Amino acid sequence: MTALLNIQGLHIRAGDKPLVSDLSFSIRPGERIGLIGESGSGKSMTAMAATGLLPVSIGVSGSIELDSQQVVGATDSVMNRLRGAAAAVVFQEPLTALDPLMKIGRQIAEPVRRRLERESGKTSKDVVQREVRDLIDKVALPQPERIINSYPHEVSGGQRQRVAIAMALACRPKLLIADEPTTALDVTTQAEILKLLDQLVRETGMALLFISHDLPVVAQVVERVIVLKNGVAVEEGPVKAVFGNPQHDYTKTLVEAARLFDEALGATG
Amino acid sequence: MLDLQNVSFGYSREQTTLNDVSLSVRPGVSVGLVGESGSGKTTLLRLMLGLIRPTSGVIRFGEESLDTGNSAFMQRYRRAVQPVFQDPYSSLDPRQRVIDIIGEPLRSLRIPGDRTQTVAEALEAVGLPLDAMRRYPHEFSGGQRQRIAIARAIVARPQIVLADEAVSALDLSTRIRIVELFKTLSEKLTLVFVSHDLGVVAALCEEMIILERGKVVESGKTRDILAVPKHPYTQRLLASIPRMPA
Repeated sequence: MTALLNIQGLHIRAGDKPLVSDLSFSIRPGERIGLIGESGSGKSMTAMAATGLLPVSIGVSGSIELDSQQVVGATDSVMNRLRGAAAAVVFQEPLTALDPLMKIGRQIAEPVRRRLERESGKTSKDVVQREVRDLIDKVALPQPERIINSYPHEVSGGQRQRVAIAMALACRPKLLIADEPTTALDVTTQAEILKLLDQLVRETGMALLFISHDLPVVAQVVERVIVLKNGVAVEEGPVKAVFGNPQHDYTKTLVEAARLFDEALGATG
Repeated sequence: MLDLQNVSFGYSREQTTLNDVSLSVRPGVSVGLVGESGSGKTTLLRLMLGLIRPTSGVIRFGEESLDTGNSAFMQRYRRAVQPVFQDPYSSLDPRQRVIDIIGEPLRSLRIPGDRTQTVAEALEAVGLPLDAMRRYPHEFSGGQRQRIAIARAIVARPQIVLADEAVSALDLSTRIRIVELFKTLSEKLTLVFVSHDLGVVAALCEEMIILERGKVVESGKTRDILAVPKHPYTQRLLASIPRMPA
C-alpha cells in the first residue's frame, strides 16, 4: 500500500540553524504514529512542514509526499486542495486555534461547507447545519444549541478542544495531525479527549500523527513512535519495544524519567 | 509551623475561590497541594505567601498570626517562607546579573554577612558553577534558570519553600533533575509543593492535600491516598493519569 505521508531526507533550517536534519518516515493509511520530543526537537516543525504551513523564511529541503502530492515547494493552490482532504491538524491551544470573534457554530460550518463544495460543487444551508449538529454529537459536546451560539471564550478548555476536533473531522481527512492536543488541558479532561480521539480514529479509519512530549500519553493512542532530539530521529519502533527496551541513551533518559514518576504513583490508576 | 484554620477567600463577593480550608505544615514534612485548574491551589499559595488576605479564617505562623500589615512580622515571615514560581523565564529580572537576583532577598531582608560568599553557597547547593554569578538570565536554559530561582529562594535559609508548579514548564529530562534537587533540599527545609501533576507530587511529598473547586476533598499520607483513594474526585483524578505500558 502506498504511504499517505512519506517524508524522505527532510531538512528544515532557520537561516544557518538546522531545526530538523535528514528525517525520514512514512505513515500508511489507518496507521497511528507518535512523534516524541522535548522543546526544540523539531516535532512541531515537522508537522507544519507536512501541511506546508511553515513561513517562507524557514528553509525546507528533501521530499514530503502527502497523499502522493509533493508538498515541498508546492503552490498555495495545490496545498489548499490537500489541506483538509489529505490532512487536518488539531493544535495544542484551542483558545488561539479558534477565531475569538466567530460563534462556534459558524466555525464548524466553514470546513463542512468547504468539503461539500469540493465533493459535489454545491451546498445548502440545511445540509451544512445538519452536519454541524452531527459533528457536535460525534465529539460529545453537551447542549448543542448553546455551543453553536457561543463564542470560544464562553466554553471550557476541554470543550474548545472538542470544537477543534470537530472542525478537523469536518474535513474527513485521511490523516489527522494532532500537535500536543491535550497538553493545555487538565488531566481529567485530557483522559476524556484521548478517549475521544482514540475512538474517532478507530471509527473513521483515518491515520494519526500524534505529536507529544508526554510518553504515557503517546503510548495510549499510537502503535509506533519516533523519538526526535534536536531535529534528529534517534530511535523508532513499536511503542512496546521502544518504551520497554530503549536503545538510544536519550530515549533511555526519557523512559527512565517517565517510569520514575509512574512508579511513584504506585499500582493504582 | 504554618497553620490555616477555616480559611476562605473570594476575589469577588459573589464567588468564593477557597472555601473553609484548614491545613497545617509541620516541620520537615513536605506536603503537596494537588488540584486542577480552578481548584484554588494558586490562591491558597498566595494566601500562604501573604500576598492576599483571607476573607475569613486565620493563618498562623508559629505563635503569631499572619498579618500583612505588621511589617516587623512580615520581614521575619519573608525570611522564613520563600517562593519558587512556575515560569523561570518571567520570574527572573532579565536586566540583573545572577548575583543580584540571588542576592536580592539578602538585600531586601537586610541580612548581614558576606553577600558574595552566601550567594556562592546557594549556587553550589543548586548545582550551578560559581561563574554563573556574573552572567544574565538569558544566558541560561530553562532548567538552569529554575535552579537560579531556587537558589534565590534558599539563599536566606528559609524554613519553608513554597513552590508553585515549579517543574511544570520544564522538559521531562530537565524536570527529573529539578525534582531531584527539590528532594535533596527537602531534607533541610520544609517543602510545600503546589502542582497539578500527581506523579511529581508522589515522587516528592510525604503528604498531600487534594483540592477540588476550592475545597479540600482528601488529605493525608501520599502513600495511603495513592493506595486507597477515598474521595470520588481523587479516584477520578488517579484513574485519569495516563500510565506507562508495562
